[in-house]
Amino acid sequence: MTGDVAALIEAAGDGIDFDGLVVEDTAYGYRFETPEVSKRGIDTSELAALADGDPYVANWRYWAETVGGRGTARRAFLRWLEGADAAGTDDAESGDDTEGDSDAGRGDGAQRGDTDGDEGGDDATVDARERLAALRDGGRARTWGELRIRVRLADAGGERVYDVRHRDDAAADPRDLDAFRDPGAAHDLVKYDDRGRYRPLSTAPSLPHGWQFVELDGDALVDTVDFVYPATVANWHREREGALDVTHWRETAARQTGIYGLVSDLPTEALTWAAEACCVDSQCLKRREWDHDAGTELDVPRGDGEFPCREPCSLFVAAAREFTKLEGEPEDTHEVTLSESEVEGLGDLVDAVAEDRVDEVREADLDDGANRYRVRYLRAKRGRDLGIDS
Amino acid sequence: MQALVIAAHGSHLNPGSSEPTFAHAETIRATGAFDEVREAFWKEEPSFREVLRTLESDEVYVVPLFVSEGYFTERVIPRELRLEGWNVSDWESDGTDADHATLSAADVEKTVHYCGPVGTHDAMGDVIVERARSITEDRDLADFGLAVVGHGTERNENSAKAIHYHADRLRRSGLFAEVRAVFMDEEPEVDDVATLFETDDVVVVPLFVADGFHTREDIPEDLGLTDDYRRGYDVPTAVDGVRIWYAGAVGTEPLVADVVLERAADAGADVADAIAAVRERTRSGPEATTGTATGRSR
Ligand code: SF4
Repeated sequence: MTGDVAALIEAAGDGIDFDGLVVEDTAYGYRFETPEVSKRGIDTSELAALADGDPYVANWRYWAETVGGRGTARRAFLRWLEGADAAGTDDAESGDDTEGDSDAGRGDGAQRGDTDGDEGGDDATVDARERLAALRDGGRARTWGELRIRVRLADAGGERVYDVRHRDDAAADPRDLDAFRDPGAAHDLVKYDDRGRYRPLSTAPSLPHGWQFVELDGDALVDTVDFVYPATVANWHREREGALDVTHWRETAARQTGIYGLVSDLPTEALTWAAEACCVDSQCLKRREWDHDAGTELDVPRGDGEFPCREPCSLFVAAAREFTKLEGEPEDTHEVTLSESEVEGLGDLVDAVAEDRVDEVREADLDDGANRYRVRYLRAKRGRDLGIDS
Repeated sequence: MQALVIAAHGSHLNPGSSEPTFAHAETIRATGAFDEVREAFWKEEPSFREVLRTLESDEVYVVPLFVSEGYFTERVIPRELRLEGWNVSDWESDGTDADHATLSAADVEKTVHYCGPVGTHDAMGDVIVERARSITEDRDLADFGLAVVGHGTERNENSAKAIHYHADRLRRSGLFAEVRAVFMDEEPEVDDVATLFETDDVVVVPLFVADGFHTREDIPEDLGLTDDYRRGYDVPTAVDGVRIWYAGAVGTEPLVADVVLERAADAGADVADAIAAVRERTRSGPEATTGTATGRSR
């Protein structure tokens, strides 16, 4: 008797109803059902014969024993990866009311998750048969921030294998990517962007390319994601459970002490500008769920990210400190004489810095206000008027 | 299940700041003593605010990778972890002997054992010795002076207390010919190391958790090892006829992982085997040192 079968018989007493597999121990013998087989009134040896090598039994065992952890974010995330979390694909084992297909308490994120970033192409309501077939047949991929995570069935049984790479590298030849197996390698790998610049904000859309994590098990996969995007799985899970504890700016600011104590003075209008500067999708892949306070929303796009931002982060607070100091300065009228083109050029320049495209402006792009020669020309001509000492 | 959280400052600017934290966490992870080991930061992620929710364990040992008791260990970390009913008097410390407190956190259902910082644990003395040994390539330290460098008072008087605490213990250990505490912003100053000691050789060990611009730039220049840190310096470098062996931040020493474990053990974590394994891996010389020479003070 294989381990799968022994485990199944032990669990049958409580009844199993999971991913298309139904097993019950009734007064008239066992009931065993899968999308392919339906038997009632069978004895233990018949049950064992049916269960031996059955893919639905192996799948059940993977989730019951290898993954376990009912109600945990880790399990919910692994279910979500293979589209096993949505309506019609019940993760509710008997008596399990912490997961499952209830729509109650589902945040927007879950709805979005069902249609977005799903390279597998099938929507999440496919039944267990199709899901398992897809996992056997090339696997299924989803995106998480800039990560592309692929899950497939290992050679035999219900065990899964997970691979992670940059989503832009989805189609890359694996031989062109550096391969890692230890999740601990991830934090070093994502510390710098492709241009070697330090990334203090993990969810900035500047994840470097050219690497892959291969042959991970479920725990290692979640650890890898946690190194790349810390706490995103935990907060995503809370949101799906309807339990995301959002802390709005006013409360975060009031809590600050030391050199950050002054951020409470940031005017609400300036807070809006700050969120536009730091939190939109081009700067951060978290979906901003916090506002000034529960009753005062900021009129700034929240972003479409899979995972929520539940509170202003340390980088935002540090930026807010500078903005607060700027807002505290008195304003004055300065007179500078500029041609229309020079004003436009300054606009180009501001825009180029704000969009991080300065490096894309070539030396001979002399019609671009952010062109180095043009800016040097402007500085030579107007530097003194603009308060530049050179 | 039990988890360990190493709580450190981190940086928005200096990528090296969190490296020791990750390295020590990795060492401890490899022992298997905890079901989960997580890094948490003030300036990086996961933040102190969100680290506890990333854990499945219901017993969590939080060890601050900070040099001294003060603003961060007493106010910022407990506040950000949402430790309920935290009161600094729970530590019953006069500035260098915080031990641990058992609390709950408002956003998770877990028991949190909040430990004193790594820097003030007695075992940190062993790490300083280990650092001195490795930088001097196992020469006989009995001929050496030892300067333990601290930041100084700034926002926190306990920071100087921690330096004096270790300097005093190491002096009593008799392992060095001479031991002094020196500081960046108060007397006696790091600038004067070459004239403060009577020995011909002085090992200089900054009690900092990570290398940053203080330990890479300011201190080497203040010591007179170089006019410009970018040009580098030799170990040792002769300054006014004294050979100075500059060790860099003690926090990068692998044996710090042992101190983290000691903190957790003091708070009740079952990690005796892991401590033995980490010592085996990270200690170069014979089993030391300050503990045996001076007796543990607790
Ligand atoms: S506060 Fe803004 S920048 Fe920081 S994590 Fe949240 S959304 Fe991103």
